[in-house]
Amino acid sequence: MDHYLTLPGWGIAFVQSFLYIALAPLLVGWVRKVKARLQNRRGAPLLQAYRDLYKLLAKEVRVAHTASPLFRAAPYIVFTATWMAAATVPLLVVDLPTAAIADIIVLVGLLALARVFLALAGMDVGTAFGGMGASREMMIGALAEPAMLMAVFTLTMTAHSTNLSSVIDQHLADGFMLRPSYLFALGGLVLVAIAETGRIPVDNPTTHLELTMIHEAMLLEYSGRHLAMMEWAAQIKLLLYGTLIANVFLPWGIGRGVSAAALGLGLAAVLAKLAVLGVALAVGETVLAKMRIFRAPAFLNLALLLSLLGLLSHVILEVGA
Amino acid sequence: MSRRDWLPDFLARLAAEHLLARAADEALLAPALRLVLDPEDWGAAAKVAAHIGLRHAGVWADASEGAGVPASFAANLVAGVAADLDGEHDPQRIAVYACLEHLGGYLVLETAVPLERPVLPSQTPHYPGLDRLERHCHDLTGVVFQGHPDPRRWTRHQAWEEDAFPLRTDFPTAGRSGGRVPADADYPFLTVQGSGVYEIPVGPVHAGIIEPGHFRFQAMGEEVLRLEERLGYVHKGIEKIAEGRDPEGLARLAARVCGDSTVAHTWAACQAMERATACAAPPRADWLRALMAERERVANHLGDIGAICNDVGFSFAHMQCARLRELWQRRSRELFGHRLMMDAICPGGVAADLSADASALLQADHMALRAAAIPLFDVIDDHPSLNDRLITTGHLSTAQARNLGCTGSVGKASGLAFDVRRDCPYPPYDMLEVVVPQESDGDVAARVRVRMTEIQESLILMDRLIRTLPTGKIRVPLRPAPPGAVGLGLVDGWRGEIMTFVRFDTDGGIARFFPRDPSWFTWPALEQLIMGNIVPDFPVCNKSVNGSYSGEDL
Repeated sequence: MDHYLTLPGWGIAFVQSFLYIALAPLLVGWVRKVKARLQNRRGAPLLQAYRDLYKLLAKEVRVAHTASPLFRAAPYIVFTATWMAAATVPLLVVDLPTAAIADIIVLVGLLALARVFLALAGMDVGTAFGGMGASREMMIGALAEPAMLMAVFTLTMTAHSTNLSSVIDQHLADGFMLRPSYLFALGGLVLVAIAETGRIPVDNPTTHLELTMIHEAMLLEYSGRHLAMMEWAAQIKLLLYGTLIANVFLPWGIGRGVSAAALGLGLAAVLAKLAVLGVALAVGETVLAKMRIFRAPAFLNLALLLSLLGLLSHVILEVGA
Repeated sequence: MSRRDWLPDFLARLAAEHLLARAADEALLAPALRLVLDPEDWGAAAKVAAHIGLRHAGVWADASEGAGVPASFAANLVAGVAADLDGEHDPQRIAVYACLEHLGGYLVLETAVPLERPVLPSQTPHYPGLDRLERHCHDLTGVVFQGHPDPRRWTRHQAWEEDAFPLRTDFPTAGRSGGRVPADADYPFLTVQGSGVYEIPVGPVHAGIIEPGHFRFQAMGEEVLRLEERLGYVHKGIEKIAEGRDPEGLARLAARVCGDSTVAHTWAACQAMERATACAAPPRADWLRALMAERERVANHLGDIGAICNDVGFSFAHMQCARLRELWQRRSRELFGHRLMMDAICPGGVAADLSADASALLQADHMALRAAAIPLFDVIDDHPSLNDRLITTGHLSTAQARNLGCTGSVGKASGLAFDVRRDCPYPPYDMLEVVVPQESDGDVAARVRVRMTEIQESLILMDRLIRTLPTGKIRVPLRPAPPGAVGLGLVDGWRGEIMTFVRFDTDGGIARFFPRDPSWFTWPALEQLIMGNIVPDFPVCNKSVNGSYSGEDL
């Protein structure tokens, strides 16, 4: 594992973590574009999400009189925690020093940290909507995190490591092999990703109806650069989950070692995989309506069940095989 | 069976209760019959009416000059006889009217109370849907409804003094207050006590581009225990600024009572004025009015269906409906001069004729809309994910709907298939067969289905209207109104029955204008149907009812 911790390795890790920031709005723009096309609309340009962020960053920040310092600090904490979590997920190349020092459990922990501050910020100003959003978010989080951990454990049991780089390495070394445990874990992780990133059918990222919101309800009091940081963090989270699904379950194409060719191939491969995932997300969001909020626990229980089945099928079918 | 078979029974029951009711000149408020009551019998008469199942279609008061003319003189006035009515000696009075309906027959109860002591028994205990109409009536004319269960003000927020009543003659049309109006911050909402119960204030300013209204939820977890609405934020003083207008001006004002029902409200106002002046619009104008009213119905139903789907995150249907509606409204602009067809109807007819080649264009439009909407409606009707959200959500029982007097898609979805076009037809619907959809489930899905069926029925009606469009004039000049002439307009708008009362003054101007939007009865329905639902389902319930803020705030 020490071989990751080289200077070029750190350089790549550095570049890659900034790539997360840079690419996140693009993925959101892509999903929106595909959705618009599916609804027979032309849709906003692909780069609209960047323009929106730029607009928000340039705008004045208005903060409620009742806000505490936590309200001002939360956007930066949420952004940084999400960004740090993303930095541990291999995007272009497998061998990442960040993955070596922070494993999947840290990733889940960082996302939980971001969630806690998001919920606290939602409640901070004391409006009814923020509190409602925070309570719903915590309900979703409490159900999603165990399912996520279960799915992750299934992967780590195959690789005998909680390090994402090792998991991907193992998967690549095994070659293409249909593992029942991976299929179950994939199912579980996809459901968790949908719930965690606030997409239909759990939450509606484009709604204007305060009473139905989860994630957006906590952001209602934010403006200007604070709102930009929060939105950006949500976009990074979507990219994080997309990359996690794309690179862990279908790692082929990801670069191994530090070379221009590996990096180029890795970038092309991950973009292609994310584009396909984006289309899948857009199709899902087009054909489904949002669930009643009380269906969300059933939805996440299914995720937990799938992850558990993955774990069991690993133990029953794959251990010692 | 005649539309008024129930009337003898009602009169007999009134007599049995020793209530003095005098039948007055029938022609005056045709198609409604008139019955003049003593003020003290006002509440008891409502009790009798509620007992035999009459629907209450609204209450309003007339405090303008010359109001409350004794019935015996009213007939003379209409006949044009210069009756010797000296206002100086006659104490000024406030006339109060209540409109009842059953099986398509209308009956207007009338009474008058002295201006110095305008006290009248409330009818709200027998007709819960009247709650806000009586409070509105009190806020604007000062009639005190004794026995009303809710003493809070409704339309008056803080915009005028507590003891001033804008519709009285001593109140200037321009209003008295200048400058900023204080916030209406201390309206006492009813709260629910208990551990874990919390309050959610929503509005009056909302996130979407909709009108202002305040909703106060009492919730426990996600379940709504109680919802209370507070409206009146778009009170424009429509009834006051109508005073003294000429018929043309009143038609323009009626067009602005509620923008999305502009055709229906204008038609109702024009119908009332035409009935008051005994002047019928030419047949071609009637046909064109109906065509516009049906176009308005289709456009709004399309918008509603899309918005309901959007509120549960199904934006595909929303976008398709928005597209269809946009094309529809562009055609309205092209052929009728305005996207919403505002001011297209005027007293005595319509403002502009339809060109000769428009029929083919419209029929092609109808075919195109059918081709696009029917597959879309199939998707909406049979989409598991949508059904999961819409079926059983926001249930309004038939009894609740009847109790409140809901009409339109809210009533039709809850088993009340009343439609003015069919049950009390006015030209040209007396020559057409109107099919009224009826559903019994009373949930959001039923309200969507009613709208989908109405769109298809409207398309059939419009095809028929175009095919049978008479030739001839599109407008006749309105005859000068006899002093004090009154008229009642009854039109089925896309939200339901619109009832408009008009009274002329002695110079041919308007003395009193009261447009009663169906929203008066569907807003309280929303408060009832949301009970027991979860907070995130409120937007879709609200959209499925789609009450008008502007139409109720006046």
